[in-house]
Amino acid sequence: MLRYTVRRLLQLLGVVLVLSMLLFGWLRLLPGGPVSALLGERATEESRRQLTAQLGLDQPIFVQYGKFLGRALSGDFGSSTGVQPGDAALEVFLQRFPATLELSFFAIVLAVLFGIPLGYLAARRRGTWLDNLGVVGSLVGVAVPVFFLAFLLKYVFAVELGWLPASGRQTGGIDATRVTGFFVLDGLLTREWDAAWDALQHLVLPAMALATIPFAVVFRITRAAVLDVLDEDYVRTAESKGLTTPVIRRRHVLRNAMLPVVTTIGLQTGALLAGAVLTEKVFAFPGLGEALAIGFERRDYPVLQLLIIVAAMVYVLVNLVVDLSYAVIDPRVRVR
Amino acid sequence: MVTTRKERVDALARMSTDDREGEAGVSLAVSAWRRLRRNPVFLVGAAIIGTFVVVALLSPWLAPHDPSEWMLADQVSKARNEIPPPQPGHPLGGDQVGRDLLSRLLVGSQQTLMVGVFATVIGLGGGLVLGTLAGAIGGWVDSAVMRLVDVMLSIPSLLAAVSIGALFARPSQFTVILAVAIVQIPIFARLLRGSMLAQRNSDHVLAARALGVRPRAIVFRHMLPNSLGPVIVQATLVLAVAIIDAAALSFLGLGNPDDSVPEWGQMLGNAQTVIDSHPNLAFWPAGCIIAVALGFTLVGESLRDALDPKNRR
Repeated sequence: MLRYTVRRLLQLLGVVLVLSMLLFGWLRLLPGGPVSALLGERATEESRRQLTAQLGLDQPIFVQYGKFLGRALSGDFGSSTGVQPGDAALEVFLQRFPATLELSFFAIVLAVLFGIPLGYLAARRRGTWLDNLGVVGSLVGVAVPVFFLAFLLKYVFAVELGWLPASGRQTGGIDATRVTGFFVLDGLLTREWDAAWDALQHLVLPAMALATIPFAVVFRITRAAVLDVLDEDYVRTAESKGLTTPVIRRRHVLRNAMLPVVTTIGLQTGALLAGAVLTEKVFAFPGLGEALAIGFERRDYPVLQLLIIVAAMVYVLVNLVVDLSYAVIDPRVRVR
Repeated sequence: MVTTRKERVDALARMSTDDREGEAGVSLAVSAWRRLRRNPVFLVGAAIIGTFVVVALLSPWLAPHDPSEWMLADQVSKARNEIPPPQPGHPLGGDQVGRDLLSRLLVGSQQTLMVGVFATVIGLGGGLVLGTLAGAIGGWVDSAVMRLVDVMLSIPSLLAAVSIGALFARPSQFTVILAVAIVQIPIFARLLRGSMLAQRNSDHVLAARALGVRPRAIVFRHMLPNSLGPVIVQATLVLAVAIIDAAALSFLGLGNPDDSVPEWGQMLGNAQTVIDSHPNLAFWPAGCIIAVALGFTLVGESLRDALDPKNRR
């Protein structure tokens, strides 16, 4: 187990290293290179030369890469040019990270809270209208562009009905004390109930939009896994022993079906940042996704480099944790 | 049990070798078709795709007006936020600059289907080369290719597509297709490599080798044709993903800025600025994208079930 973990961590290191090369080359692949990216196409020759020397672009490519890597390791990814001009890229990340974490948490909770019970129900009532509706719904859920769904939710619940706020994390001017950076948690910790309630209201629509795809996937995997398990001999044995349905569900069906579901939840969590780019932009939600969206719009490469490498690391790390937890949950994996 | 994207791809790859028992004397394709014909999921999906393909082919004749002519421009007012409403001759009204919305939707089907098809073909082509190299040659080639594939798969696919799209100073329809296609390469590569590896020691390959068939012929005549089923399934699903991802690129400002030739993703992306006052400008292209993506997904999923030898009972 330990050797396996170490080997996987080394693999992760390799992936990050290759990725850093790709991201390093990414900037240099741009038409005009990073100087044009930073200064724009209409910069003077003098300022170009100056920045070229300042960025060390006149040095050999491997020296440049070494320096890039060294700076990156010490957390220096350069200054933001478009998202929060002047701020260090790392600062942009640290400021916005709690917002996205909070949003992702609520999205995953929504997806799991509805996906697993509905998936189980659909499998148990296989072939009924409920099952068919669920399957069709989950297929449609994957076919809807996330940002359109976000717009739809915003249009119906914020613009037309006015039930929920249309944008941001918290109403401006509300008196809220910051403790952790997670606004709902902050409100609860400081007993500022109105602030917590306000932040929670701001989370509902973006979390729903972000949760659609994970929900659809969790639903389908749960349904498929439960169907597989229901076919197993040990479930028939349990039924013929006269065990009640709740007992069979808890001890035999769910315990065995949860393995792939847990994996799915982990992987969907890892990929949430991609969906957050679209969702956060629609709701002007000040998280990492919005930073990425603005970054792409205004070509803020220092911020983009940092956020993409973070996204990849989160994705790969979650993959690793999922694989490891697999070995913990399922004794059969460990033997191999 | 199939869970992750990687595992889904690997499970698909294994289909090319699983036991072919079941109806005696009937090929997999024939038996798959027999089951597909009765599957309502497949029929609905095929009907949707068929409709859109026919519309795309006939759209130059179906469209009542020229999709790029600003014919209702006199009814457009930026200052008062006015966009031509539905009216006789223009059942869906006009767009932000006064072009006939119905004509743009009809003609837009061409570009949208083309984005999906080209992105899939490029992704499949790249994956075919990488996957065949890795699976057929093995050794260090396999290791090198697969490490590269792992790195590419370590970024969530939409984020990777957007990063590639941002590389181009002047985005166009072509750069959108390229960005969406490149992210699909590692998935196809993994699929084909898995299929090759699974077949390497199977009976038909051993028999061909024993007969003295040249390695190249074994790969191209015996192994690749067997991988066709899983590849078709994956390609159908990718068609849906490519169309949705292209729309996301437009939404993020990385799409084709030239909108004289309409495309649904671009129409949807451009509608975001007026969506609060004129949601119909977004609803129509979005509805078309959802319908066509659903059609491809339904066909892909039912093909997967039909080609899975486990279901041949």
